[in-house]
Amino acid sequence: MLPELGHFALILALLLAALQALFGLAGPALGRERWMAAVTPAVAGQAVMVATAFACLVSAFVGNDFSVAYVAENSNSALPLFYRVTALWGAHEGSLLLWIALLASWTVAVAIGAARLPPRFAARVLGVLGLVSFGFLLFTLATSNPFLRIDPPAPDGRDLNPILQDPGLAVHPPILYTGYVGFAVAFAFACAAMLEGRLDQHWARWTRPWTTAAWAFLTCGIALGSFWAYYELGWGGYWFWDPVENASFMPWLVGTALVHSLAVTDKRGLFKSWTLLLAILAFSLSMLGTFLVRSGVLVSVHSFAADPTRGVFILAFLIIMIGGALTLYAWRAPLLKSSAGFELGARESFLLFNNVLLVIAAATVFAGTLAPLISDALRLGTVSVGPPYFNPTFMLSMLPLLALLSVGIHANWKRGRLKDRQRTLLYTLVGAAVLGCGVAFGIWSHGALLTPVGMTLAIWIALSSLVDPFDRWRRGLSLPRAVIGMTVAHLGVALAVLALTTVQSFTSEQDVALAPGASAAVGGYDFRFEGVKPVEGPNYDAQGATLVVSRHGARVAVLKPEKRQYWVQRQVISETAIRMSRGSNILVALGEDLGGGRWSLRIQIRPLVSLIWLAALVMAIGGALAASDRRYRTQQVAAAAGAAAAEPAA
Amino acid sequence: MKRFLLPLGIFALVAVVLGVGIWRSPEKGVIVSPLLGKPAPQFSLPNLTDPAHPVRSADLRGRWYLFNVWGTWCVECRAEHAMLLNVQRSGRVALIGLNWRDNDAEALSWLQQLGNPYQTVAVDRSGREAIDWGVYAAPETFLVNPQGIVVYKHIGALTEEAWTREILPRLPPPVASKS
Repeated sequence: MLPELGHFALILALLLAALQALFGLAGPALGRERWMAAVTPAVAGQAVMVATAFACLVSAFVGNDFSVAYVAENSNSALPLFYRVTALWGAHEGSLLLWIALLASWTVAVAIGAARLPPRFAARVLGVLGLVSFGFLLFTLATSNPFLRIDPPAPDGRDLNPILQDPGLAVHPPILYTGYVGFAVAFAFACAAMLEGRLDQHWARWTRPWTTAAWAFLTCGIALGSFWAYYELGWGGYWFWDPVENASFMPWLVGTALVHSLAVTDKRGLFKSWTLLLAILAFSLSMLGTFLVRSGVLVSVHSFAADPTRGVFILAFLIIMIGGALTLYAWRAPLLKSSAGFELGARESFLLFNNVLLVIAAATVFAGTLAPLISDALRLGTVSVGPPYFNPTFMLSMLPLLALLSVGIHANWKRGRLKDRQRTLLYTLVGAAVLGCGVAFGIWSHGALLTPVGMTLAIWIALSSLVDPFDRWRRGLSLPRAVIGMTVAHLGVALAVLALTTVQSFTSEQDVALAPGASAAVGGYDFRFEGVKPVEGPNYDAQGATLVVSRHGARVAVLKPEKRQYWVQRQVISETAIRMSRGSNILVALGEDLGGGRWSLRIQIRPLVSLIWLAALVMAIGGALAASDRRYRTQQVAAAAGAAAAEPAA
Repeated sequence: MKRFLLPLGIFALVAVVLGVGIWRSPEKGVIVSPLLGKPAPQFSLPNLTDPAHPVRSADLRGRWYLFNVWGTWCVECRAEHAMLLNVQRSGRVALIGLNWRDNDAEALSWLQQLGNPYQTVAVDRSGREAIDWGVYAAPETFLVNPQGIVVYKHIGALTEEAWTREILPRLPPPVASKS
């Protein structure tokens, strides 16, 4: 019964989403106040229905109901309870339901916050969100219903893909999707502003906290995904430029640009049409990401079941949503003239560079991701674009961005008088260069140019971002959360640059073949191989190796990498063993049985690699701090009161 | 005005590329089973009609065969049966049955009543063999080539459409003269 109830709840949610979109968009257009008043109840009803459907699917998984095809394909009675729950988003149908549930949650949050917004505007925002919900619900019901039964029921499930049986993967999709879906809110605000034909600084102030929060979630989600790939995919890389990774990275890059461009629109009333375009782009790229991952037009290491009919549906949906928003943009954006100007050296111009460079970075990633498709479409044969393309092109836009970040932080709004700050600028740069080069050459004698450059940039960004808070503190000024958040996020950028530079420069890695009792020396550590023994897990059999790691004769750790064969899918998964030591990650992966007790092993020592994920967390915390600034809440009340007279004050 | 149309223009181009991508994706082969392109599982199972000669995967090497999973409890299998008889009559490919989680006596009387399209029928009473093939519901049909590689999988009752559009084109051309 429960699966049918869930299916029915989804259908009701679809109808309510349609009402939400209709009342939210038509109400303000026709001036029907009672229609607009019906939007919030529709939002609440839709959320209840989606929650019901979600709960029904969870209970089907927990109760091992293998008469439901989706459960039979992605779960198994031997699967531990925790993974039976997270198996819900282990494949396409459930991921979509998760996406819909998160969109419903964001919509409810917006509806609560919208009490402070002008009613016409609030109705339009919720109307656009309703349209997005409607599209995703229709997609789910038409092509990807997770509640379909199979007759006869399967005797047992085919199990969750073993590589997804991992705590990192259990939390990664919900957080990543929260970020993706959060950009729908910025998108809805942008569409509503265009429908109103008016965009003022209040608009930017309303939009900012939502966008920053979504950005923070996306940052966390991407970092978790990278962390998972590092220890679960087996061979110790932390970023593969895989289509699925790129699909989440492109909205992040554009989202980062949006966060900065919103700051300019908020403070100075500038970049209006540009901000709108970025808001549309960020969510468009989120949806495009879904399309790329789910439609099977691109082949990925994260291979999900591919289905062309789904692809056609998503493409149609993309054309309606993105095409519609961009048409609206072409029609309405010319009306939004920015009145004020700014000088070349002013903060505005640095933020403009920031935006341009981030969009270029996103465009290069986009081009690389779609290259296989484009060449295939032009019948040039299948190509694959990997790190040799992505690394240099990405650096090309990132290096100037990081350098300009340090300068831009010192610039004033409106006036381009960097001269006042010349001294601070010089001191921080010289200090950073001395430290950076010192560290780089101190650890490492033979040099790639990028190592000292990266170190210097990292330290310079850190020093620069501390100047303003330090200055405020010295002059006894208050430190609003927005400023603290910005500083923390920029420190996170500095940490990330430092970590990436260190990892790229100082990783030692070796593939060795060892017999029991033999040793290998890698990166100053000694690895003694004790042999391989069979291990039995809850739903797999494994070969478990034991390695004793020592440094200068002192034991550091005992590492036990495994090769697991899961019972149901018969898939062999390499479970790496990782240990932190002196800031470095020591990773051992068990390779092939070479016969006679000898095994191949990959040993890798990556210094500061954990700092990459920590840096992302720091950035996300900065975003969370900035989003929770009191200014956004108090100003909203004032703005709602004086909504009619809300024109930009230059 | 023109520069505000630029994003729409770029998006239109991207949409065309994606459209072409989808249109061509069936050519790349839709992934429906992890077994596709991989060797079929090795097995040695009891023979339903001839208990003296077990059905062994090794004996099937060197020729094309359709591996069809069925059971007398399966309603869809009854619907599929006429199509299987057509396949047998065409003489294009041998049908190997896997009688899944069933009762031997009922399976034998089913074949007597409805006709036996299978060259041999292997018996999988416990359901272990079906797990190796990744079967989660009957009927399912696998096309295996002479090298023992699974080249196609059909889920659900075998249809005329699947036979003419998916299976026949994969088989070698028929021998011209029937002897």
